[in-house]
Amino acid sequence: MAPRGVVVVGAGQGGLDTVAALRAKGYGGPVTLVGEEPVLPYQRPPLSKGFLTGAVARGELTLRTESFFEAQDIALVSGDRAQHIEVERQRVRLASGGTLGYDKLVLATGSRPRTLPVPGMDLSGVLTLRTLADAEALRTLLDGPPRQVVVLGAGFVGLELASTARVLGHDVTVVEAQRRVLARALTPQMSQWLAERHAQQGVRLLLGQEVTALHGTAAGEVAVVRLRDGRRLPADLVVVGVGALPNTQLAAEAGLLVGDGVVVDRWLRTDDRSVYAIGDCARFPSTRLGRHIRLESVQNASDQARCVAAAICGESAPYTAVPWFWSEQYALRLQMAGLTAGHDETVTVGDPDGARFSVLCFREGRLTGVESMGRPADHGIARRLLSSDTGPSPAETRAPGFDLKSYAMKPSSTVPAPA
Amino acid sequence: MAKITYLHPNGTATVVDVQAPNTVMRGAKLHNIDGIEAQCGGSAQCGTCHVYVDEDSTVPLPPMDSVEDDVLYGTACPRRESSRLSCQLPVSEEIDGLVVRLPEAQS
Repeated sequence: MAPRGVVVVGAGQGGLDTVAALRAKGYGGPVTLVGEEPVLPYQRPPLSKGFLTGAVARGELTLRTESFFEAQDIALVSGDRAQHIEVERQRVRLASGGTLGYDKLVLATGSRPRTLPVPGMDLSGVLTLRTLADAEALRTLLDGPPRQVVVLGAGFVGLELASTARVLGHDVTVVEAQRRVLARALTPQMSQWLAERHAQQGVRLLLGQEVTALHGTAAGEVAVVRLRDGRRLPADLVVVGVGALPNTQLAAEAGLLVGDGVVVDRWLRTDDRSVYAIGDCARFPSTRLGRHIRLESVQNASDQARCVAAAICGESAPYTAVPWFWSEQYALRLQMAGLTAGHDETVTVGDPDGARFSVLCFREGRLTGVESMGRPADHGIARRLLSSDTGPSPAETRAPGFDLKSYAMKPSSTVPAPA
Repeated sequence: MAKITYLHPNGTATVVDVQAPNTVMRGAKLHNIDGIEAQCGGSAQCGTCHVYVDEDSTVPLPPMDSVEDDVLYGTACPRRESSRLSCQLPVSEEIDGLVVRLPEAQS
């Protein structure tokens, strides 16, 4: 029987990288990529930054051209939605009515913005940011006279948007329920440092504050953000960046195991051996943390895509990549490697006043994560150290003049040669 | 337009035509050349588009800035004199004939 091939649902970074990696590895069967948006797959990271300021043009967002899909014999189904998976019959039903049979199915359905359960979220001028269409709508609003912008949430999307809106000359207030910015992602040191930079740029940060309602004008335009403490913030644009939820509905309806994400094993397989899940929507066992986690990052989507493509091509290796992430706010370059959650000790190296420093995180004396500000060499070296589970001790890093670059260059260093 | 040769670790070569205003990185992505990951999309963050410029090459390349220099300390394969980030090499007629070697691994 002819192979039915691989169907990938979701044409974001993970979905696209899966089909590209399948062909690069020589997979010869049919390959189909199904994407809901009616456009070629594109990069998301610039949507909250360069795309809004105009530094990155629309054309630069496109990850691969039409001719790539033709040349690689990949069927790209755009502007259509996978509606139902029939796991027993190994096929996917599309919203347009068609069906796609598969030998292997990869779910790369991503995540969607969370909203807040408060009145007024449906007012005009209240936006979330996930897709190119969202970013285009936002760009139109930011590309005009100064507005009173209120950003809900001091996560990566919220802070990147705050910096972009500020650079474009708008009046910006950020409201965050936690007591510090990026509380889940960053150490208190880096969090504090970043908050000070935003304040210096004129962004008003209201921490430990909850929104209770949004009020609008008679015409239905947002006008006021009301806080728990009774404060009323004038606003003519509200951007909601309060985290993301994994798109698991398709998997759940197909009877696959779903928690906060589609649950997969170390090989990224769901409880149906023909179905994999990757990227933002997948909940996978982290060998580093000893529990299941979900990561929303380009790196995770991209590395999991390659891992799954390799598995489908018969090379079976569990997923063990070191997580890493970056963010750009103003001219600041923030990079994170490894996992900083659960650290019991930190050491700061470099020069925080000069915006060039790194926070090294240790757990029980072992390096587990590194946050770098304006120190790309530290970041890259940290990724290598973390992937080989080596690295300096806290005591070594406290020695005067210590820096990761010299540590990694030392002939006696424990940094192994790459495999 | 420039003709760029990507030499794979197994000794084979892929030669492609790349248009301006792409980069040497994007040229590899557009042609699905395995061995360039470019996870950050070309913003000199990740070091996964590392290449070695062929030692015999006389093609003029832009000098590297301090960010590229720093990022090259973290590449998966060892940095050499000839190391560059391919996302920082813009395509123009001037670099027609460029030959780059792909490292064994990018991440």
